[in-house]
Amino acid sequence: MISKNLYDLIGLAVAVCFILALKGLSSPKSARRGNLIGAFGALVATGFVFRSPEMTLHHKWWIMGAIVFGVVVGVPAARRIQMTQMPQLVALFNGVGGGAAALVAIVEYLKLGSSASTPDVVATVFTVIVGCVSFSGSIVTFLKLQEIMTTRPVVFPGGRFVIAATLLGTLGCAEWVIHSMGNVSLTVMAVLALLFGVLFVLPVGGADVPIVISLLNAFTGLTVAASGYVLQATLLIVAGTLVGASGTILTRLMAAAMGRSLFGTLFGAFTAKPQAAAVGGEVRPVKSGSPDDVAILLNYAQRVVIVPGFGLAVAQAQHTVRELADLLTSKGVDVAYGIHPVAGRMPGHMNVLLAEANVPYEQLVEMDEVNPTFPQTDVVLVVGANDVVNPAAKTTPGCPIYGMPILDVAEAGNVIFLKRSMRPGFAGIENELLYDPKTTLLFGDAKNSLTKVVSALKAL
Amino acid sequence: MSNGLALLSIFVLSVFIGFEVVSKVSTTLHTPLMSGANAIHGIILVGAITVTDHADTNLELGLGIAAVVLATINMVGGFVVTDRMLEMFKGKPRVKKDVEAVGGEAK
Repeated sequence: MISKNLYDLIGLAVAVCFILALKGLSSPKSARRGNLIGAFGALVATGFVFRSPEMTLHHKWWIMGAIVFGVVVGVPAARRIQMTQMPQLVALFNGVGGGAAALVAIVEYLKLGSSASTPDVVATVFTVIVGCVSFSGSIVTFLKLQEIMTTRPVVFPGGRFVIAATLLGTLGCAEWVIHSMGNVSLTVMAVLALLFGVLFVLPVGGADVPIVISLLNAFTGLTVAASGYVLQATLLIVAGTLVGASGTILTRLMAAAMGRSLFGTLFGAFTAKPQAAAVGGEVRPVKSGSPDDVAILLNYAQRVVIVPGFGLAVAQAQHTVRELADLLTSKGVDVAYGIHPVAGRMPGHMNVLLAEANVPYEQLVEMDEVNPTFPQTDVVLVVGANDVVNPAAKTTPGCPIYGMPILDVAEAGNVIFLKRSMRPGFAGIENELLYDPKTTLLFGDAKNSLTKVVSALKAL
Repeated sequence: MSNGLALLSIFVLSVFIGFEVVSKVSTTLHTPLMSGANAIHGIILVGAITVTDHADTNLELGLGIAAVVLATINMVGGFVVTDRMLEMFKGKPRVKKDVEAVGGEAK
């Protein structure tokens, strides 16, 4: 056993470790060390909780066994996951964290008894509700991203009414729990909160999932902070709040990057008017080119910007695209990657996917920096992206993506689209740029097409 | 200052630290930020261990153990996967040959 003061001091040191972990992320150079500091802090905290003065160690073997089991499940999952599947894994880990917080709060509740102070009961009830929402919501997000269920928004008649009713029911139950301190009321409340979590994520379409993941991440952070209040653990308050802040900031950034309000995302603005920009059904001529045409365009360019989208990752073409970029660089072409904030399926996902293919992060240029350079760019190569370069976001008021900041690739000399078909992107909107005279289309699987372009380029 | 108020103060100050630190995170690293933050909230493991330790009934013990398992998966898995991602971001000098040999790990 160690004294209460020493234990609290260790808690403070661990909180500092977590702050350093996040601070390390301000640059890719210090990021890994930061994360290791955070992991070290978590290890210290877990080790010392067994020596806390309040511990009885009655169930220590059960606890040890549970930890070992958790490690055996968690580590292989984290090691084996492919980078394209990162959003699913984050959603899943977030869900289990929310679930853990809810369970902790339920056990706390069972122990509170009738003499508990109102703030404690309120904080406990809050943790149970938000933890349950975070758990079930994250699981649905996981199922959507893993494509176990449809990625399309799931809407049913009166859906919004049902969602509102579930939310009101949950809050009503919370009131009931606080007054009665009964177990039945708590169970009903938890079930309603779980149901609300499911209903609230179902109508969200695939493209909006990144926003939901970061929102649920913020939720879990707040539940952990609230548990910290009930358990009088400063460390949990600091850690939970840090996560809440990061989730909130990312949610706002994502919403801004898509030019949408958070409210619009959650309540299905995308689904309301699916065919807003339907411009007749006639087949219009497009200019499609061969890999050799594309290779020639690239070969004589001075500056090329590659715009990758999730289609690139689906085709597992990150390595091929890097090979192409390297080849162009060796021919004296200035190559950069233009990264839209919502490229991929979670904030910053595309950066991770390209880093995996050993693309140096200095070549990854954010939207605000790359946009002014498009007029001086000879060729833009759009690989598996669509909505993020769709000028309709600027020109067509009323279309679902109107107002979303885009990469202004139309300003460049030539635009090459690598596409599988003429099918519109996630948002289901026609892209006028495909019919522009300076646009060349290369149809086919992104990886195949890129491989052909690379060999054509080598032959030149 | 009462204990509740002290905890509330810690919460409010943490909000400001959180916003300050996270707003400086490079946009390139938003995915690792999310998974790193995810790992940090796995610290609920400490809470899960505490309540399981104090469990008196089988129901409490069972729920507590479930919480320990979930929190461990969250924390350990989160840090491991974040490390895996950040390892790829280390600003290595571009040695072309060995990079080519590594190739994809798509299975």
